[in-house]
Amino acid sequence: MEIITGYDILIIGGGAAGLRAAIAAAETDPRLKIGIISKVYPTRSHTVSAEGGVAAAMREYDSPANHAYDTIKGSDFLADQDAVEYFTENAKKQIITLEHWGCPWSRQKDGQVAVRAFGGMNVKRTVYAADKTGFYILHSLFERSLLYENISRFDEWYVTDLFTDNERATGFHAIHQKNGQQAIFLTKTIIMATGGAGRAYKFTTNSALNTGDGLILAYEAGAALKDMEFVQFHPTALAKTGILITEAARGEGGHLLNKKGERFLKNYLPEKMELGPRDIISRAIIQEIISGNGFEGPNCAYVHLDLRHLGKKTINEKLPLIREISIHFAATDPVLEPIAVRPAQHYTMGGISTGSDGASTLPGLFAAGEAACVSIHGANRLGSNSLAECLVFGASAGKNAANYCLSAKKITIPSNKQINLFSKSCNNKIKLLLSNDGHESIASIRSAMQENMDQYAGIIRDREGLKKGLHAIKDLQERSKRVTIKDKSLIFNTGLIELLELKAMLKTCEIILKCALLREESRGAHYRTDFPNRNDQKFLKHHLAHKTSAGLTITSQKVNITKWSPEARTY
Amino acid sequence: MRNFIIKIQRYNPETEKIYFEEHTVPYTKDLTVLDALNFIKEKTGGEIAYRWACRMGICGSCGAIINGKPALMCSTFCVQLKQPITLQPLANFKVIKDLIVDTDDAMNKFRAAMPYTEFQKKHLEPQHETLQTPAQLNRLKQTSQCIKCMLCYAACPVYGLKQEFIGPAAGALAQRYNLDTRDNIKNQRMDSITAENGIYNCSFIGECSRVCPKNVDPAAALQKLKVAGIIHTAKKTAKSILKTPKKSS
Repeated sequence: MEIITGYDILIIGGGAAGLRAAIAAAETDPRLKIGIISKVYPTRSHTVSAEGGVAAAMREYDSPANHAYDTIKGSDFLADQDAVEYFTENAKKQIITLEHWGCPWSRQKDGQVAVRAFGGMNVKRTVYAADKTGFYILHSLFERSLLYENISRFDEWYVTDLFTDNERATGFHAIHQKNGQQAIFLTKTIIMATGGAGRAYKFTTNSALNTGDGLILAYEAGAALKDMEFVQFHPTALAKTGILITEAARGEGGHLLNKKGERFLKNYLPEKMELGPRDIISRAIIQEIISGNGFEGPNCAYVHLDLRHLGKKTINEKLPLIREISIHFAATDPVLEPIAVRPAQHYTMGGISTGSDGASTLPGLFAAGEAACVSIHGANRLGSNSLAECLVFGASAGKNAANYCLSAKKITIPSNKQINLFSKSCNNKIKLLLSNDGHESIASIRSAMQENMDQYAGIIRDREGLKKGLHAIKDLQERSKRVTIKDKSLIFNTGLIELLELKAMLKTCEIILKCALLREESRGAHYRTDFPNRNDQKFLKHHLAHKTSAGLTITSQKVNITKWSPEARTY
Repeated sequence: MRNFIIKIQRYNPETEKIYFEEHTVPYTKDLTVLDALNFIKEKTGGEIAYRWACRMGICGSCGAIINGKPALMCSTFCVQLKQPITLQPLANFKVIKDLIVDTDDAMNKFRAAMPYTEFQKKHLEPQHETLQTPAQLNRLKQTSQCIKCMLCYAACPVYGLKQEFIGPAAGALAQRYNLDTRDNIKNQRMDSITAENGIYNCSFIGECSRVCPKNVDPAAALQKLKVAGIIHTAKKTAKSILKTPKKSS
């Protein structure tokens, strides 16, 4: 097997966080060699689907402290406040940096970067580029990355295993899908920027790529995952396909209506109405549907998102993609009729446990973006904080990984024996997956997993359901060992890649369910009917999931509180 | 019950065999070509290779030749197509497997467009935003919509004959940065794209603009660049003529 060396930093994932990390590392020292390994071309990454905007205290009426308070309250006081302060203090700088690099932010008449309202944010602080903010950020970063001679790319390589010598993460095994070549990469530091695991759910806004690969690579190598029970459901996705309809549609003034034509949020969030946080609005929609106030559709029940009163001009200027998507994928022109929407899985709040410097619990391994959990989102992320997170913590991880390379006195090099052993075990794993002879299919296991997670680990949970869900996942993990892959080649063997992704998702599901079972309270997006209240005395803490000799082990970590004592979360 | 008939061009890199395979997919009125392909893949045990990700027309992964025309599979509806629906890999690229083509070369062409503003590579942490009016932003609206899906390369007859040609999307990208008020390297960029394999190779057939799913109109962008290129070269020549006496004296 080929061994690829010479890179100081290898970044797995080429979305906003990965690209931002690469540029930050490249700028720290031009002598550092940086590689971006992605299972797709970077411009395909899921960042591209983000719509509404990116948050920062941009204006004189705002401050990082205000942004921090909104974020912490939004998190139901589970966010680490030191991390949130670092985040809100650095967000503006990142937006201005991108502005200088050519990102086409929408503007006010006077030429300043425009800001819009977003859920859970008390003032207008969401910078945007029409309603294609993720697309523009991703392409701006990708294009900027072409400037740096010390950034190389390995497009369409799939990483199967991380390599650790007893002390640190030292590399990984990957398959080049174009030609089936397998290689071992050896490096000084790794940054995991692989996004979330939304595809573990059936009804999700996420792209096909979000399969939790990076989370499980890190977990299997010994890094801890944090806050995994917290999964965000976005209130408004197209009722049939789950395609995202941005929160900016409500930020610009859109209304949610039940079948009686009422703005039903008056019964749930009378002050905030459509600009409440996502967890509460998603639960309100489900409650309306349960109460019989939803519309009955051919596929599912739904509510209406009404934008008609905004007028054609505003919709075309500020929400052009929403109009395009609604017309194209739901045969609904929002200028003329309301859009049928319902909540869908949207974001993995949990992830690889890191500090603000991006360092994980495993030396040599950093993480950023949705794959990481710093934690700034706690139990519920506010809309437009995730793109900002990719920029702030992508830059931080890149810079700190670079400094780690430059300052570490002695970085251990794995022995040939260790490399050979690792190489053999990776090769054998792939061989085994290709030679399995069972009767199971990827599609049927995946579908069962997704339905199971929608049903038992969704917006409304309880002990009995979570236990059932966990039992089913265990069963599916066993079944996944008996999948036959007909194609035996390594060249774009999409069956093999899908099986590896499925295994990562099944493990992610197990961790989500186990953490959710342990958390016997309701906080943010984790709502349990058997424990409907928040319990700070017992559960003002993070759950950390580790792999130990005893298997999956869950421990606790205290929440860092700097300025804001937990209070009742009312809007 | 009505069905859609889907004919898929298969290619196995190990046997080097190209063949067509026919499948039927149950009719539903809002079925996309990608939905149909996913249905077939699940039913047949996951062998057919194709790329896809966002299923909402923004990631640019799922380009294919659908009934003879380059299009995104996720944004094309089966009911709007003549039956049988024929799926082939994008033209002008080497086929790797089934519907997957090698676009590495085309992806690399974006480098020649020098798609960045400030040239310095050292992070200066700018403190203040540059002002840009909505009208100035509007100038780059059209060319900035490109999702790099490569449909225009599959449609471009010039690229089909001469793979060194910079091509439509890279041209449009150069124009996008040229139009940006924050740009300060237009001269270097014009040097880059007017070089031997640059924009002048475009023969303005316009196929690229016809297949573009985001209405970027790369053909128009390339024509504008050609005009700008002539002016750029003329200015450069004039400058060097003016400079010559100094050198000789």
